[in-house]
Amino acid sequence: MSGGAMKHVLPVLTVVAAIIALWYAAAVGLNRAWVYDQAERAGVAPASGMALIAETWSQERPVLPAPHQVAVELVKTTFGMAPSSKRSLVYHGWVTLSATLLGFAIGTGLGILLAVGILHNRAMDMSVMPWAIASQTIPILAIAPMIIVVLNSVGLQGLVPKAIISAYLSFFPVVVGMVKGLRSPDQMQLDLLKTYNASNTEAFWKLRLPASMPYLFTSLKVGMAASLVGAIVGELPTGAVAGLGARLLSGSYYGQTVQIWAALFAAAIVAAGMVMLIGVMERRTLKRMGMAR
Amino acid sequence: MKDTASASPVIEAKNLQLVFNTNDGPVHALKDVNLTINKGDFVSFIGPSGCGKTTFLRAIAALETPTGGTLTVNGMSPDEARRKRAYGYVFQAAGLYPWRTIAGNIKLPLEIMGFSKAEQDERVARVLELVELTGFGKKFPWQLSGGMQQRASIARALAFDADLLLMDEPFGALDEIVRDRLNEEVLKLWARTGKTIGFVTHSIPEAVYLSTKIVVMSPRPGRITDVIDSPLPRERPLDIRDSREFIEIAHRVREGLRAGHGDHE
Repeated sequence: MSGGAMKHVLPVLTVVAAIIALWYAAAVGLNRAWVYDQAERAGVAPASGMALIAETWSQERPVLPAPHQVAVELVKTTFGMAPSSKRSLVYHGWVTLSATLLGFAIGTGLGILLAVGILHNRAMDMSVMPWAIASQTIPILAIAPMIIVVLNSVGLQGLVPKAIISAYLSFFPVVVGMVKGLRSPDQMQLDLLKTYNASNTEAFWKLRLPASMPYLFTSLKVGMAASLVGAIVGELPTGAVAGLGARLLSGSYYGQTVQIWAALFAAAIVAAGMVMLIGVMERRTLKRMGMAR
Repeated sequence: MKDTASASPVIEAKNLQLVFNTNDGPVHALKDVNLTINKGDFVSFIGPSGCGKTTFLRAIAALETPTGGTLTVNGMSPDEARRKRAYGYVFQAAGLYPWRTIAGNIKLPLEIMGFSKAEQDERVARVLELVELTGFGKKFPWQLSGGMQQRASIARALAFDADLLLMDEPFGALDEIVRDRLNEEVLKLWARTGKTIGFVTHSIPEAVYLSTKIVVMSPRPGRITDVIDSPLPRERPLDIRDSREFIEIAHRVREGLRAGHGDHE
């Protein structure tokens, strides 16, 4: 590793180490009560010192699982099981990811279409944005069960309703970003095209769309994260059948805190991976367009 | 105004008025503008900010609509002339698309106007040579200096066969040394192509050095205060700027500017 890379990695590692240390300390504080409780019921003196700490870090259902417990659970349920197993995080992760990706695709497509409509149609320009904003002020937790129920009554269940909830959350950042991006060319650039007697269509393809690319990718990153949240929320009202949302819900039913934390981390890792993937696409696209230096 | 019988007018303005309605009431951007620009002329518009020089150029390009009088470009209304792609326009900023190479930027008007791929390449090569940027076609704009970018934007305006070139303070943002060189190149270009050029500037030496006709304008309301037909020969080395004639014309331009300003200074 070169000195330059070390310079970037070191602060990150320091912060991560600090968080983990704080986490372990919090685990001791929060799980201690249970140790005392158990000792009192057994009528023995509670452990103290290192023994107490060890006990707070190794409970089956701790208030706050220690980092290594979460890590072990994460590794065990990811790599230690057949991906088809109902206990495998790969299985649940894929269920959630597939709904996320479908919802992201729908949301992105819808967002771009709406942005183009807002750009070219005055009536849409005046009317769409307030509705889009209003749609995001409704708590998704309230509307998700409605979507599931309504779609179920017309025979749609499983992937599609979750994808629609995903799309409901992810179209918004794309609309906002793309409207800004498509309007980013300044008056001079538009005047220039006017001197060529270019049509609106030509202005769109040759100027507005390329100019909007940096805005699009920023929106896609936000939209992807929102999509994942949507898919997970969409899994909650279905009765915890499958998916990371189901893992969260069943974990909370049975007090499996380690399982909840493992599912949370799985979701975070999936989200980070997807956002990084979009980042790679962004760099490649902008580089090919000559916009990255 | 002197008007030789043999020359054909490219631009004719008669009693041209242009009023902008702003929140602070109407602003008279152009008042009673009368001007004839003949084919092959190099006309500079000079005057302080707000004198309407850019507005007049934009009216010729049909980017602004006059509110009175008549204005014709090649005998047509400016908007018809725009639709027939009668002119190339160079803005103060180069305005190159950062996602296109220099060649790609020059191809932009050619693509819109429907030239064939082979013709596009041929024209790009020709105009790049004309502005002395041969070999830079594959570079992206940010890889070029400000002066080179502006040359590329001139090449873009030359790429299709408009006989009229409108330039709105094209070198305003460049330093003096680069500006001198580009002035020389614009003159060479004008001599080689025989185009009619309308050129807006703040700089007296630039206007006198380049023009066959200098239009002095003054603000509030925007109007023409003097039109000077330059006695300088068409062939102009840089050191012509030290000649007595040059200094005399520059003096007259300065007087014109001062007279226009007299009412509030």
